[in-house]
Amino acid sequence: MLQRLAVFTGKKIIRLFLLLATVSIITFALVAMSPIDPVQSYIGADVMRVGTEQRAEIAAYWGLDKPFAERFIKWAGAMLQGDMGTSMIYRESVTKIIAERFIHSALLMAFAWSLSGVIGFAAGVVAALKRGSWIDRAITSYCYTLASTPAFWVGLLLMMVFAVWLGWLPIGLGVPAGMLAGTVTAADYIKHMILPGVTLSVVGIAPIALHTRQKLIEVMDSDYILFARARGESGASLFFRHALRNIALPAITLQFASFGELFGGAVLAEQVFSYPGLGQATVEAGLRGDVPLLMGLVLCSTLFVFTGNALADFFYQMVDPRLRLQKEAQR
Amino acid sequence: MPLLEVQQLSIAFQQYTKGSRQQMVTVMEELDLAINEGEIVAVVGASGSGKSLLAHAIMGILPANAYISGSIRYNGEQLDEAKLKSLRGSEIALVPQSVSYLNPLIRVGKQLQTNKDSIEQHSERKGLFERFRLGEHVARLFPFQLSGGMARKVLVSTAALSRTRLIIADEPTPGMHPDDVAEALKQFKQLAAEGCAVLLITHDIEAAIRIADKVAVCYAGSIIEIAPASDFSGAGNELRHPYSQALWRALPQNGFIPISGTQPSMGLGLQGCLFADRCNRAVDACKVSRQESRQIRSGIVRCMHAT
Repeated sequence: MLQRLAVFTGKKIIRLFLLLATVSIITFALVAMSPIDPVQSYIGADVMRVGTEQRAEIAAYWGLDKPFAERFIKWAGAMLQGDMGTSMIYRESVTKIIAERFIHSALLMAFAWSLSGVIGFAAGVVAALKRGSWIDRAITSYCYTLASTPAFWVGLLLMMVFAVWLGWLPIGLGVPAGMLAGTVTAADYIKHMILPGVTLSVVGIAPIALHTRQKLIEVMDSDYILFARARGESGASLFFRHALRNIALPAITLQFASFGELFGGAVLAEQVFSYPGLGQATVEAGLRGDVPLLMGLVLCSTLFVFTGNALADFFYQMVDPRLRLQKEAQR
Repeated sequence: MPLLEVQQLSIAFQQYTKGSRQQMVTVMEELDLAINEGEIVAVVGASGSGKSLLAHAIMGILPANAYISGSIRYNGEQLDEAKLKSLRGSEIALVPQSVSYLNPLIRVGKQLQTNKDSIEQHSERKGLFERFRLGEHVARLFPFQLSGGMARKVLVSTAALSRTRLIIADEPTPGMHPDDVAEALKQFKQLAAEGCAVLLITHDIEAAIRIADKVAVCYAGSIIEIAPASDFSGAGNELRHPYSQALWRALPQNGFIPISGTQPSMGLGLQGCLFADRCNRAVDACKVSRQESRQIRSGIVRCMHAT
């Protein structure tokens, strides 16, 4: 068991390094080819007061006058030593920015992720058990609608209703504006997280609910449920004993594998609510050509999504006896 | 009084035809069958003749779009849903076809127990494992790890408790090694000897006549003959119905004689005897009206020519 875990982890780590290297090269190349001039976006409104010589100096200070390969090698070398560089727009070390923003984003995503997982799973179970009824139709049509609705639009809608019309929740940002950092309470953080969190989870419910519904319908039509009924099991005990575990596995796997969409959704939701998370920073870094920050964020999100997929893989192999024992038998 | 008595049982399914138009499709018509304690009755017939549906109808586990009429009496009482609720899995037990009827994610030992078990059944199941020579490790296996023979024994052991009075075995032998078939049949024989009524549903006539007291032949959703197992011998001249005879003579060791045509699909609303199109003794009267069951020589048959 321990040995298998070690092999599993080892393989994953090798893959992760190859992936990170590839992603770095591609991102670096894409930024280098991008039409956005970092010096121009750095100067911004001061464009009239900065002369050509000064621009060249800024470019030289950032090393932008060097060829692509040299810049990449320099960045990669520093990266390997743990130095992610300094953000051009925030004038702070990339590590610090990411760490700060990661806390916000991680909380937001964890909130949305668990909410969509629990609600989606429950909705899927209800829909499947009441197949063909009005509640099933309501849940499936909700899911189909939501699955084809962009997250930012849902965010705008929620903001309009709950922040503007009803005024129950703040309109954006991570903490109240104009407040000293020391006086911000946990309640403030939670209040600011609700709308972006709900936005994210509303969209995340659809896939897990539809998948669970489909899977449970299959299970309830299966021979082993028929036999369990023939042996006198029915109702709740039939569901909890014979169906729940069989549908929970794929649902958990799906939920972990959805880290990619979660992060993608977070970028949009954070942008709509000006929530100071990783997603918003990514948009900023991309639009203003902040290479060190963008690279740091890309690597960070790659690591995040990869972890999700690895966990999904891990759960499937460890929990499903057919996969686990077959692997053991092969050895 | 028979333990189980099925009278005039008809099963129909509500199906969608084109678009949202619904149609009732009859799949079993006016089936009569009775079985006593300690008796083994085999129901034989080709695939699609409705044998498994009979099993599911008795257990009350037909799909929701099925409608049944007629009566099923157990121990002299009407077998309705309320009664089935207490009898299913205790007095009446189903032995399913294959290992796919076991939940793939639950270990065998845990799976065998049901919520109707008390400590008595718990120890009884342990005893059954020994009796069937299943090692203790088998209880810790998952269904996919069972070999064919082991799976068969496990499935039989789900039913073979002393509280069981009626066992319905649905195709318990297909695709099994001859030794395993013999073993499975021996188990049923023994259960019957202990007083159980066994309804053996199979398309393996040879296996059926080896252990059954009576054999019911199913054709297109209807039982066309019930004969003592001993009538299935020689050239089949003892058999009453032309289809039973044709079925018997189609076996390799009995001449290997095929008959033309196929079993009509049920629900076509055919008039007259369902076998008339393929029967060499059919006369005009056969095609007009359905034959009622008649008692002939300690058997029951639905044919006007039977003697």
